[in-house]
Amino acid sequence: MPEVLLDVKNLKKYFPIKRGLFSKTIGHVKAVDDVTFTINKGETLGLVGESGCGKTTIGRALLRLIEPTDGTVIFEGKDVTKMNANDLKVIRKQMQIIFQDPYSSLNPRMTVGGMITEILKYHKISEGEKAEKRVYDLLELVGLSRLHARRYPHEFSGGQRQRIGIARALSVEPKFIVCDEPVSALDVSIQSQIINLLQDLQSELGLTYLFISHDLSVVEHISDRVCVMYLGQIVETADVKELYASTKHPYSQALLSAVPVPDPKLKKKRIILTGDVPSPANVPSGCYFHPRCPKIIKGECETIPPVLAPLNQTTHYVKCLLYPESYPVKKEVAA
Amino acid sequence: MSEKNNIEKNIITEQPITQVLPVETSLANITPSAPIDEREVGQSYWSLVKHQYKKNKLAVAAIYIVILLVLVAVFADFLANNKPIYAKYKGTIYFPVFKEYMVNLGLGKWDTEFLNVDWRTLDFESAVWPPIKFFPNDVDLFNNMTGPSVATGHYLGTDAIGRDVLSGLIHGSRISLSVGFVAAGIAVLIGVVLGALAGYYGGYVDIGIMRFVEIMTLFPAFFLIITIVALYGSSIWFIMIAIGLTTWTGNARLTRGEVLKVRNMDYISAATSLGLKNKRILFRHVLPNALAPVLVSAAFEIAGAILTEAGLSFLGFGVKATTVTWGSVLSEARGATSSWWLAVFPGFMIFITIVAYNLVGEGLRDALDPRLRD
Repeated sequence: MPEVLLDVKNLKKYFPIKRGLFSKTIGHVKAVDDVTFTINKGETLGLVGESGCGKTTIGRALLRLIEPTDGTVIFEGKDVTKMNANDLKVIRKQMQIIFQDPYSSLNPRMTVGGMITEILKYHKISEGEKAEKRVYDLLELVGLSRLHARRYPHEFSGGQRQRIGIARALSVEPKFIVCDEPVSALDVSIQSQIINLLQDLQSELGLTYLFISHDLSVVEHISDRVCVMYLGQIVETADVKELYASTKHPYSQALLSAVPVPDPKLKKKRIILTGDVPSPANVPSGCYFHPRCPKIIKGECETIPPVLAPLNQTTHYVKCLLYPESYPVKKEVAA
Repeated sequence: MSEKNNIEKNIITEQPITQVLPVETSLANITPSAPIDEREVGQSYWSLVKHQYKKNKLAVAAIYIVILLVLVAVFADFLANNKPIYAKYKGTIYFPVFKEYMVNLGLGKWDTEFLNVDWRTLDFESAVWPPIKFFPNDVDLFNNMTGPSVATGHYLGTDAIGRDVLSGLIHGSRISLSVGFVAAGIAVLIGVVLGALAGYYGGYVDIGIMRFVEIMTLFPAFFLIITIVALYGSSIWFIMIAIGLTTWTGNARLTRGEVLKVRNMDYISAATSLGLKNKRILFRHVLPNALAPVLVSAAFEIAGAILTEAGLSFLGFGVKATTVTWGSVLSEARGATSSWWLAVFPGFMIFITIVAYNLVGEGLRDALDPRLRD
C-alpha cells in the first residue's frame, strides 16, 4: 500500500453571487463541489477537464490561496484547512504551486536572484553567500545559467520564465507541487522541455505532483493516475493506463475521443457533445452531465445523483449510473 | 493616381529580398561573443522607463526646466541678495551671505558695524555681488514703478513701492516649489497608504475608506483653504497642509485600483503560497508594481498645488504680506494696468512652471505605459 501524502475529503468551494445595494447573496457558483481524492507519495495525479470545471480552484484551495468553503485537506496527517497563520507558514514550505501564465507569475520589479533570495532569507533557509550559491544551484537545476540571477523577468522567454517559476517553487524544498497548467501557455517545443524538466526533478527530488491540465496527451505522459473533472466534480479516477484503455464515464469517453492520434490512417470515432457546459451557478439535477450525455438513462439520470464508487473493488472509480456501483444508497435504507 | 504609382514603385524598389551584403558589413554585424561578466546586471524596470522617457524631447526639456527651477530656488540667496557673497572691508574678509545663514541658525552674530546697515552703501575694498543686488523686500523708493532697465539694476522692473520684480520671482520660486512638493507629498502619502489598504484588504476596510474618500472629494479645496487661512492666519504651512489634505483623494482611488489589479496577479499568489506575510507582500510585491501611475499624478499635483498657491496669493489669501511669492507679485499688477512687467513676468513664470510639470507628468505617463514601448 503506497503512502498517502495528501488526502482531500469533500472539498467544496462555493463563490457567492452578490447583488443589490446590500450585497445580498442570491446564489452560489459551485466551482468545486464535494471533491474527494488522495495523492500518494511520489506519484503524479493528473487532473483534467474542460475550462471552468474547477481544476485551478482545487489546486489553489489545497494551498489555501483560496479559502475552501468546506472539506478537509490532510497533508501528512495534518489538516491544512484548519491551520492558523503560523502553521500555515510552515506547511507552505512543503506545498508549492507552479502557475499557468509565466508572464504574470513573476514580480516584474525583482531580479530572479532577488526573488529567490528573499524567500531563502524569509524562511531562514540560508543567507548571504550561501543563499547566493543556493540561487545558482536552483537556477542550474532548472536548466538556467547563474548569470540569469541578475536579470529581470521581462528579459526572459516564456519557457525560461516557467523555469524560474519552478526554481522559485523549489527554493523552499517542497514535497508536493501543484502544477497549475504549467505548459498551456507555452509553445509545443517548449512544453516538452518543461514536462521533461518536471519529470527529471520528480525522480531526482522525490516530488509529488498534482498536475492540472486540459491537454490530455500531456496528462497521459506525465501522470500515474488521472482524475477527470466535470462541473466541479470528479467523475472518474483511475490509473492512467486503465483510464486511457478502458474509459468508463461517458464524459471521459467524449473527452478522450478528442485526443488527436498521430496516425492518419486510423479513423477514430469522435464523440461530439451537444450543448454547452451548464453554468456552475445553476447546476442540473441528478447527474450534472445528464443534459449532454449521449448514454442517458431516461428517468434516472435526471433525478438520481450518482456517487463516485470503485468498479469491482478496483482503483477505477466512476460516477455514473451506467454502473450499478455508482447508485447512491438504496432509497429504502435512507427512508 | 500618381500616388498609387508611387506606392507600387516603392514596393518594387524594396523587393530584392536576397540582398547580397558586402563582406565587411556582414562581418561587422557579427558581434564577438562577449566575455561572460559575473557582475552583469539586468535591465531594471526603471532603466527601461528612463530610456523610454528620453525619447520624448519635450519631456526631457521640461525636466531640465524643473531642475533649473529647483537650482534657482536652492541658490536664491546667491542670485538675488542685498549682501555681497564675498567682501573685503577694512582689511577683513567676509562672506555675508553665508554669515546670514549662520545668524539665522543662531550660530553666529553680526558685528555691530553691520547691524542695520545697507551693504550696498558700504565702501568695500573688493566684493563679489549676486547678479541682482536686491532682496525681494528691499524698497527702492527712487525707482518705484519703473519698467525693466539695466541702468537701475532692476532688470524686470519694480512695483509700486520699489521692490525688485526679478528678485521677487527668484525668491518666490522657493515658496512655489516647496508648496508644490510638500502639498503633493502629503497628498501622495495619504492617498497611497489609504488606497493600498483599501485595495489590498478589501471588504469593510475598502468600503470604509472609499466612503471617506467620497466625503473628502466633496470639499471644495480652494474655499476650504480660504476658510482655514481666514480662521487661523496665513502661514505657508497651513496652505501646504490644506492643499495636501484636500487633493489626496485622487491618489487613493488610483492606488486602490492599481492594487486591486496587482493583487490578483499570479506573483502575489506565489508570494502567498511561499508563506510571506501580508505586510511584506503589500510593501515588497504589490506597492512597487502599483505606484507608477501615482507618480504621474503626483507630477500633475505639484503643478496644481503651485497654481493654487499662486491663486491664493493673487487674491491676497496667501502667505504673509511680507513674503513675496509669484502670486503676490502678480497681484501687484491689479492696480497698475500700465505696468505690464508686473503681470507678464510672474505670469510667465507660473505658466512655464505649470507647463514643465505637466510635461514631465505626461512624459512619465507615456514612459510607464508598456503598450507604447518598442
